[in-house]
Amino acid sequence: MLAFILRRLFQSLIVMLSVALIAFAMFRFVGDPVNQIVSIDTPQAQVAEIRRSLGLDDAFLVQFGRYIYNAARLEFGVSYQFRLPVISLLGERAPATLELAFCSALFSLAVGIPMGVYTALRRESPLAKLFQAVSLVGISLPTFLIGILLIYLFSVTLGWLPSFGRGEVVKIGSWWTTGLLTSSGLKALILPSVTLGLFQMTLIMRLVRAEMLEVLRADYIKFARARGLKTSAIHFGHALKNTLVPVITIAGLQLGSIIAFAIITETVFQWPGMGQLFLRSVQNVDIPIMAAYLMLISFLFVSINLAVDLLYALVDPRLRATVGV
Amino acid sequence: MTVPILSVRDLTVEFMARRGTLRALDAISFDIARGEVLGVVGESGAGKSVTGSAIIGLIDPPGRIAGGEVVLSGERIDNLPPDAMRKVRGKRIGMIFQDPLTSLNPLYRISTQLIETIRTHTDLDAVDARKRAIALLDEVGIPAPERRIDGYPHEFSGGMRQRVVIALALCAEPEFIIADEPTTALDVSVQAQIIALIKRLCQERGTSVMLVTHDMGVIAETADRVAVMYAGRIVEIGPVRDVVKQPLHPYAKGLMGAIPSLEGDAERLVQIPGTMPRLQAIPPGCAFNPRCEKAFARCHVERPELVQLGDRKVACHLYDQPLSREKAGIAA
Amino acid sequence: MSTIPPPTAAPSRWRRFRDSDILASFLKSKVTMVAGLVVLLLFLGAAFSPWLAPTNPFDPATVFLADSMIPPAWQDGGEARFILGTDDQGRDLYSAILYGMRVSLVVGGLGCLLAASIGITLGLLAGYLGGRTDALIMRIADVQLTFPAILIALLIDGVVRGVFPKASREDTAIYVLVISIGLSFWVQYARTIRGSTLIERNKDYVMAARLVGLPAPLIMLRHVLPNVIGPVLVILTINLALAVITEATLSFLGVGLPATQPSLGTLISIGNKYLFSGDWWIVTFPSVTLAALVLAVNLLGDWLRDALNPRLR
Repeated sequence: MLAFILRRLFQSLIVMLSVALIAFAMFRFVGDPVNQIVSIDTPQAQVAEIRRSLGLDDAFLVQFGRYIYNAARLEFGVSYQFRLPVISLLGERAPATLELAFCSALFSLAVGIPMGVYTALRRESPLAKLFQAVSLVGISLPTFLIGILLIYLFSVTLGWLPSFGRGEVVKIGSWWTTGLLTSSGLKALILPSVTLGLFQMTLIMRLVRAEMLEVLRADYIKFARARGLKTSAIHFGHALKNTLVPVITIAGLQLGSIIAFAIITETVFQWPGMGQLFLRSVQNVDIPIMAAYLMLISFLFVSINLAVDLLYALVDPRLRATVGV
Repeated sequence: MTVPILSVRDLTVEFMARRGTLRALDAISFDIARGEVLGVVGESGAGKSVTGSAIIGLIDPPGRIAGGEVVLSGERIDNLPPDAMRKVRGKRIGMIFQDPLTSLNPLYRISTQLIETIRTHTDLDAVDARKRAIALLDEVGIPAPERRIDGYPHEFSGGMRQRVVIALALCAEPEFIIADEPTTALDVSVQAQIIALIKRLCQERGTSVMLVTHDMGVIAETADRVAVMYAGRIVEIGPVRDVVKQPLHPYAKGLMGAIPSLEGDAERLVQIPGTMPRLQAIPPGCAFNPRCEKAFARCHVERPELVQLGDRKVACHLYDQPLSREKAGIAA
Repeated sequence: MSTIPPPTAAPSRWRRFRDSDILASFLKSKVTMVAGLVVLLLFLGAAFSPWLAPTNPFDPATVFLADSMIPPAWQDGGEARFILGTDDQGRDLYSAILYGMRVSLVVGGLGCLLAASIGITLGLLAGYLGGRTDALIMRIADVQLTFPAILIALLIDGVVRGVFPKASREDTAIYVLVISIGLSFWVQYARTIRGSTLIERNKDYVMAARLVGLPAPLIMLRHVLPNVIGPVLVILTINLALAVITEATLSFLGVGLPATQPSLGTLISIGNKYLFSGDWWIVTFPSVTLAALVLAVNLLGDWLRDALNPRLR
């Protein structure tokens, strides 16, 4: 088990390093950091001085090493457009994005799994067929269209839910803000969460359905039925547990893409999160923010992948045996 | 006369396919007496496993029992409501499947699977159920059952897993067991042990067994009577000694001829020409007629019924007239 | 025994999952026909938009601000010359959609082709040369596959915008998009091509070509490529929908095509601003068009994959 963890950790490190290399290359070569500091009439000597003081004359590897060292201390430089440290910009928006991602992941699992189980167990029922058809649409439509549609329905036409912002937020600790504690905050979370989670939900539903149908054909299910076990015990015990093993992997990996797709949802709903900040930095070619966001998101992805692998090993005793010592 | 433990009458199973209905079992009938082992043999697809599934009520759509009845100790069970049938399964009829590697849920401990089954069919509490489970594992020959019971299936070898499967089938002391090719997936060296185990347990408990296999050696050694199936029908059924030593139906002859015997006599090792027809293409008359050397005009038009010949029954036009019976050297 | 045929080659999970639903697959074929028709209509509309559209919405001489925000013809205040109404700059929405769809399809199509070219080249190199080249290319592919394509497209978009001079951003927007899409979607092609190349590489005809002394690039292009290209065509179809979505999303997010050169995504982005003022048509018609296009292409791609049953996955 330890060897397995170490190997995975090593692989994750390689991924992080290559991402850091890309981020550094962007930072160093796409937008010249000096140009952002000096103006046109700055004397040439002063430009050179700034260049030296920023360490831009050092060898590539030295600069790269310094970049990683700074990144490890969460220092990603100063945003070109806001003239503020990148990390404080990202930090102040992180709670909004994480809360949104968490809610939509919850939504996609809480709705996707039961729907998948239902469509697998009641394959011929009209409701199951409706779910299937809707899921096909849900998987095809771009996220921003779904967002617009939901806003049009629930905000414009019915006027039930807000269409932008986080509502009233409460500050917890020194930097975390939450919308989960106020009714307006909760209301504001609904539409963005559904928009963001819908794609994952349909994915999970289809996955659960396919896996469940596969598992229901397995010999051990037939044997369980031949032993006279209760149908509910077979479906929701034996079958569901085996179904969920592969689903965990996908769902876990989807958590990463939820955070990435939040960029779109945050734009549609003017949600003050990291995605919106990243988008604005793309629009304005604000390289420090782009590079930092890339590193941050990669770190999240790599950690999630690692966690999923370990979780997988914990759930499946066979794997525990093969990877274990 | 005692009531047979299992009595199957005109059992017919059909599968709805895209193009019409396929008859997987065509009105088969047989009895199994208390404590008796009935071997069921035939090629793959002859309907052996479907028979087992039909008796235990596990024919899934698009299949269905289209006719006939299954009577267990005098009680008809094929028309029971689902929940009542569920209580018959495991409690009164046990079933052992072919592949022990896939029959056990890989994510549950052996103990969980045993205790769950025991508690489904008895009033035992968790502690007593566990004791019972350990006793069962001991009985099926698992060493150190107190320790092994909390293992996962993948920690057991194939033979050991099949022992666990047998323990699971015996959880509620069923009066009848269907063993569907219980040794096919096992190593040859383990096969004999498993067969001996099934035989011993059933003798001790007086359990009747329907042993589905295509291994004639297993049949000869274990079964009291044997039924030969072909294309969804029983073509010959009778005491194992008679049928194995002196088969009457041309197909049974071919099947027995296909076993190599230790006494040499290599010429006996014959092959049956051709293959069994697919269910979509069963010929009229006797299903075996395209492959039968002795087929005559009647075989192509009229389906032979099972007729009594001494202790056994045969479905072949060669034997259903007094004249031919004499030819076969058997008194009617 | 049963109607289920014995497992010959293990069919893919998706395949089995599909086969399990006879009714659904029957329904699907009818749906496929409709999807095909929709795709055909939309493609024709896009291809012949200069002739089909009543006006050229991008010709400033024909667009008048006085005509802005006119509702569809059947609503109060609608005018017959603007069937679907006009947008905030007085452009005929019907014409704008036809032209916008053309832009969307061109960008999506070119992006797909670029992705395929990159993927095929790298896949061939990786599969044929093996060793370090293979390891390097496949490692990059693995890392890239960890991230959603839209994120990569956004990043590349940002970087490429940084590389091009600021003043020319409107003119270069279309190339930026094509490059972003191309670099985001090459992995699947590379993997497929590499897989089949690995098999083809050891076949006799390749050996023979090598023995004759043909140079490696020639062997790859002339001999290996024609034998591994099949599945790529199917991936291309399926990815077209994805590329169109990606383009629309980027344009919607404001990092794609500018309002002077709108794609469907840009039109939706413009319309989105007027969602609350009751001017529903500006957002609705481009959205419906995009949804129909994407859904239909997706369905068609699914069907094509099944029909050709290539060695995908």
